[in-house]
Amino acid sequence: MPVVEIAPGVFVHAGLHEESDAANQGDIANCGFIVGSEAVAVIDTGGAPAVGQRLREAIQARTDRPIRYVINTHMHPDHVLGNAAFLTEGTSFVAHRNFQAGLMARGSHYLHAFEEAVGSDAAQEVRLMPPSITVTDRLEIDLGQRVIELVAQPPAHTDNDLTVFDRQTGTLFTGDLVFMERAPAIDGTVLGWLGVLDTLSAVPATRAVPGHGPPSAPWPDAAADLRRYLARVVAGVRTVQKAHGTIQQAIATVATDEGPRWRLFDDYHPRNVTAAFAELEWE
Amino acid sequence: MTTTHRSWGRRPLMTAALAGVGLLGLTGGSAMAAQDDDARWDMLRDMYFANRPVEDAGPLLSMEAPTRAHDAALVPIKIATAPGSDVTVKALHLIIDQNPVPMAATFRFADGGDPQTVETRVRVNSYTNVTAVAETGNGRLLKTTRFVKASGGCSAPALKNPQLTVARMGKMKLNLPDAVTAGKPMTAQLLISHPNYTGMQYDQLNYYYIPAHYVKAISVRYNGAPVLDVQSDISLSEDPSIHFTMVPAETGTLDVSVEDSNGRRFQESWPIRANSGS
Repeated sequence: MPVVEIAPGVFVHAGLHEESDAANQGDIANCGFIVGSEAVAVIDTGGAPAVGQRLREAIQARTDRPIRYVINTHMHPDHVLGNAAFLTEGTSFVAHRNFQAGLMARGSHYLHAFEEAVGSDAAQEVRLMPPSITVTDRLEIDLGQRVIELVAQPPAHTDNDLTVFDRQTGTLFTGDLVFMERAPAIDGTVLGWLGVLDTLSAVPATRAVPGHGPPSAPWPDAAADLRRYLARVVAGVRTVQKAHGTIQQAIATVATDEGPRWRLFDDYHPRNVTAAFAELEWE
Repeated sequence: MTTTHRSWGRRPLMTAALAGVGLLGLTGGSAMAAQDDDARWDMLRDMYFANRPVEDAGPLLSMEAPTRAHDAALVPIKIATAPGSDVTVKALHLIIDQNPVPMAATFRFADGGDPQTVETRVRVNSYTNVTAVAETGNGRLLKTTRFVKASGGCSAPALKNPQLTVARMGKMKLNLPDAVTAGKPMTAQLLISHPNYTGMQYDQLNYYYIPAHYVKAISVRYNGAPVLDVQSDISLSEDPSIHFTMVPAETGTLDVSVEDSNGRRFQESWPIRANSGS
């Protein structure tokens, strides 16, 4: 699996801007790892056990330090189904305190979708295990002469987004709190998401690793397109609601000219508008 | 009422059939799917209407539904009645044919002679027909049907922000048009915050199915007189939304009372001030 060393000891594999299928085997999200003098932390494991396995091999090709931590940035399948490749003695799974509830509420649905998209043999390998360490607020993990800082964010992209900041290189793993190039999916709260992006813009990072997009991009500029998109969805839906318009009217009119800027726009935008509509009518 | 227990997460019969014939090509698939749809409808008709004939509604009923559900947990459906001089519509049944509990809601109108428009949001478990059945004043059953494709995958019918939804349970909102004119029909929207748990959502963290907990009755009164009564079930989306038709007087009060499946009652009233219609 190709990985890029985006900063000393920080490696990222960029997933494809596609939906999971038999050809890409679920390799559609970014995943990476940080190497300390004592241990390795993996951040997201890709959308299939086979992707996780290739990530594991890429890690072992670059370091003999043990993989002590597997951190999941949120419960979406394209980021967690590779976990099965890291089920070994001495590896802790780390996630937001809401992670397991969110995953289990959708687990059978995810498995079914994965089986249909990628294949039943691959689905046999999937394991959905609960995290052994949950983050309620903040957690520092020492990888040996390198401390990474995990922050459990309030509801945003999902209700269990976890960010990882490597102080040594100023690298912020945002998970799906930042989408670049690929159309985002609102599976939490759009207003909460905009608020978290405000908070994150103050993080003293020089670069971010988005959940989807290039392996690395300058921070906070990396979030500019996403902020614009989400803000336009909010403003557009509010306008439709003020005129007593319907969800269907909002889908047909709100921020549709964002289309050429995002891959898979038609697959996600109507759903985003629907989710924003249901959320904003309670303002 | 009879309910069939089937997981929201598992593939229902209909989708299984579609997937199975996918290899045979579209034509074969459509023909077979249509047969399945007919068999399912026959079963539902027997279950809900005890073998009474259900005729095509023709222009008496119209229904708007998206051909593809962008969010399977929130699919807007709009139904309008057009009663004539010889026919009134006293109730409307909204049925999501392939859902585990297909009967989503029954709307009963105070005056079946007036044209009524109702709109709500439903959960759609798989590719399905959505059927509206009107009950006329003289006891006929008339139906119209739309086919809705669920987009599947990530749009699992789970709550996006469960803590917020539960904290807000029972709150209501009433949205009125900008111009309310006495004596003129208007469309109002009632929103009720409620998780509408289906009973099929598994909480593996605590090893149990979250018990079904949903809005089961909504009563709308205007100046004490009935406007609309709704009987609902788990196929309505979380935070149920109902658009309905009413005719305001110059001043009046709209009272809404809601009962959920746990016996909790929620009530709210709104004064409505209308412009003089004269």
